[in-house]
Amino acid sequence: MVGRWLAVLAAIGIAMPALAEGPERVVSINLCTDQLAMMIAAPGQLVSVSRHALDPSMSAMADEARGLSANSGTAEEIFLLRPDLVLAGSFTNPITLAMLERLGVPVEVFPAEETVEGIRDNMRRMGKALGREAEAGAAITAFDAELARLDDAPATARPRAALYAANGYSSGSQSLAGQIVALAGFDNIADEMGFGAGGHLSLESLLLSHPDLLVEGRRYPGHSRAEEPLDHPALRALTRSVPSVRTNDPDWVCGTPRILRAVSQLRDARLALPEAK
Amino acid sequence: MSRLTLSGLTCRLAGRTVVDAVDLTLQPGEFVGLIGPNGAGKTTLLRAALGLLPFTGHSSIAALPVRARARAAAFMPQGREIAWPLTVEDLVALGRVAHPDAAAAADRAATDRAIAALRLDGLRHRPATSLSGGEQARALLARALAQETPLLVTDEPAAALDPAAQIEVMELFRNLAAEGRTILSSLHDLGSAARHCSRLILLEGGRITADGPPEAVLTAKNLARSFGVTAHVERGPHGLIFQILGRITR
Amino acid sequence: MTRPRYCLLLAGLGLLVGLLFLASLLTGPAGIGIGRSLAALFGGGDEVLGLVMREIRLPRAILGLAVGAALGVSGAALQGFLRNPLAEPGLIGTSASAALGAVIAIHTGLAAAFPLALPFAALAGALASVALLLVLAGPRAMTLSLILAGIAISALAGAATSLVLNLSPNPFAANEIVFWMMGSLADRSMLHVWIALPVMALGLAMLLPTAGSLDALTLGEDAGASMGVDLGRLRLLLVGGTAALVGGATAVAGSIGFVGLVAPHVLRRAVGSRPSRLLPASALGGAAMVLGADIAVRLIMPDRDLKLGVLTALVGAPFFLHLIVKTRGDTP
Repeated sequence: MVGRWLAVLAAIGIAMPALAEGPERVVSINLCTDQLAMMIAAPGQLVSVSRHALDPSMSAMADEARGLSANSGTAEEIFLLRPDLVLAGSFTNPITLAMLERLGVPVEVFPAEETVEGIRDNMRRMGKALGREAEAGAAITAFDAELARLDDAPATARPRAALYAANGYSSGSQSLAGQIVALAGFDNIADEMGFGAGGHLSLESLLLSHPDLLVEGRRYPGHSRAEEPLDHPALRALTRSVPSVRTNDPDWVCGTPRILRAVSQLRDARLALPEAK
Repeated sequence: MSRLTLSGLTCRLAGRTVVDAVDLTLQPGEFVGLIGPNGAGKTTLLRAALGLLPFTGHSSIAALPVRARARAAAFMPQGREIAWPLTVEDLVALGRVAHPDAAAAADRAATDRAIAALRLDGLRHRPATSLSGGEQARALLARALAQETPLLVTDEPAAALDPAAQIEVMELFRNLAAEGRTILSSLHDLGSAARHCSRLILLEGGRITADGPPEAVLTAKNLARSFGVTAHVERGPHGLIFQILGRITR
Repeated sequence: MTRPRYCLLLAGLGLLVGLLFLASLLTGPAGIGIGRSLAALFGGGDEVLGLVMREIRLPRAILGLAVGAALGVSGAALQGFLRNPLAEPGLIGTSASAALGAVIAIHTGLAAAFPLALPFAALAGALASVALLLVLAGPRAMTLSLILAGIAISALAGAATSLVLNLSPNPFAANEIVFWMMGSLADRSMLHVWIALPVMALGLAMLLPTAGSLDALTLGEDAGASMGVDLGRLRLLLVGGTAALVGGATAVAGSIGFVGLVAPHVLRRAVGSRPSRLLPASALGGAAMVLGADIAVRLIMPDRDLKLGVLTALVGAPFFLHLIVKTRGDTP
């Protein structure tokens, strides 16, 4: 379903000739702006994306990114690409941004939006920055339509979900992950604990909060102590009686329409829950 | 039955021969003083004989397994190390470590005897590290005594002691020898050694150059060659009187 | 000190440890009443509560006791052997080297394949460091040599650990260094208990027989040897036992410093300064110290994972400075 609007956008992109008013050599150095730009830019307008965009474990558009050159986000590298616009995120190294400014390269910084309205804002902003307002508008419309279709949870007596990632980190409703959970029709255990954007949830508290769904953080290659709580026997015992789903980076990390895939994943889990006790 | 037999005992340290083919036999009842100039190798000889240093040759004590050595000979080293502030009583009782199979009562009795012999009763409960040098020396000697071995080896036991205490220790050794024990003591005070020891061994450059009763060893010739001194030696009513007179200048 | 008073001291310490163990079981972010907690521990009551008590709180309490005892007794043994009150596994680099061994086992995947490889790799690291220390500082380690060798070994081990962690493909691995250097008992499971306890028990079994020899060593190596101490065997038992105790403890709890310094020091006078008596007393004292610190981290900052090593360092570092000043008067 979500793939369908991507195809619509691509068609629009191919049909419309590149207008002269937008920037012609756009370089994106942030995973989230990479993906938004790939969705909205005209063919040939986006010249380079960050390395992460090509990593399927992190990027939702790894295939689309393969035709583009990959950069590591260093000022020297970017400058040599002769961009007329650089797209960066708010967590991009400020030293790099200062250097680009000194070199006279225009930079557009996109905040990491964590609400649905924020995602719409970013899409509008991307459309404006690339001179592709029409495409951005169409994308937002498709996004809203899909969102309305998925947003069918009751307002009260909602099941409770607990997000639990490495280092025992649990995200609250003031984070993107928390918003995804809320959109899928769950109340968030982290909110009950008084976390805003998120905080450390002890394993004990997690167990005793009796969640209806456990949303586990993705696992990374190699080994780290940070991920050990996810393997704790007590948690594994919990998952024998409580369903669990795992997040993934492509759908959960960036404020793009792709979050709807995550919402859909959780909504399916909600619909699969046994009837309320 | 000899208490200690050394044959051809040789010690080499850092390329130098410190003890050179020493032959020695000690019998029960002897109080032997080991004398010699600085650097003669006295301490090295004692340590090697007890198996604390590597050597070539034979030592009857070192040939025994480690546990058996502790029951054959007790050693009071020159360095007066006391790492922790043990009470005097606990310190003296350490000597009983050599007898792990002894009953607690036997251990206590041996400890009490040693404390009494060195007149340490009043200091029993004082931390050993808070004592004066002389008192510490007596406590360490008591420890060696408490080990109750047939052979007692001491390295400069009277070094920190005042004259009265020195004499006390020497008389203690003589009494122990009279009871049948063997004492081997490295001594620097020739007068004391002359007066109390039943036998003297003169060590020079790692070799024994004289071995016998004090009068036989403390000859003018030996004194001149090994110590470079002249002395007055006379037999008094209670023992040998020995007084260094002066250096021999070349 | 007489035997009855010593037994009384041990009993008192044992009681303290028992109380702290109980308190540790009852401390946690989820405020559960005493009655319900204990009922859940022994099987009755809520299933999830039982899970929390048996799988989260119980291993944490057991490890607090075991790790504290291990560090306390190995500190006392090292001090007795080196005849230096400043010797302790953290200061002489043993904990850091054990951590290096553990990190290598984890990040090469060895520990995932063979769980026991973790504590044994830590043991190997600890063994290498004690052996290296004896070579660098000599068997009769003077304070200066000891501290210098300890600094060198700690620095080397810490740098190597950072390197291994930075080479990991996992994005969280680089931050793990904080755990390894400061230690923590958070979220330990019974699996950690099963792999660490046997190794620590092995170490204890090697150290306890050295008690009498350590007493004799008070008077120096010559006097000790002449009293029947087998110096070679003593060195082997001491090095091996310390390595096993510190290796087992560090593998599951990271490097917790100063326990082996503070516990023996505080208890030394109480046991009449006898190294043999200090061993069991330090084990209990160390256990009390770590259990107490672990309870404190959960009460002071329940939301954050405050590292155990922070608390033990807050207590131990001033102690260490005080000891240095005190021993400065002695001959170097």
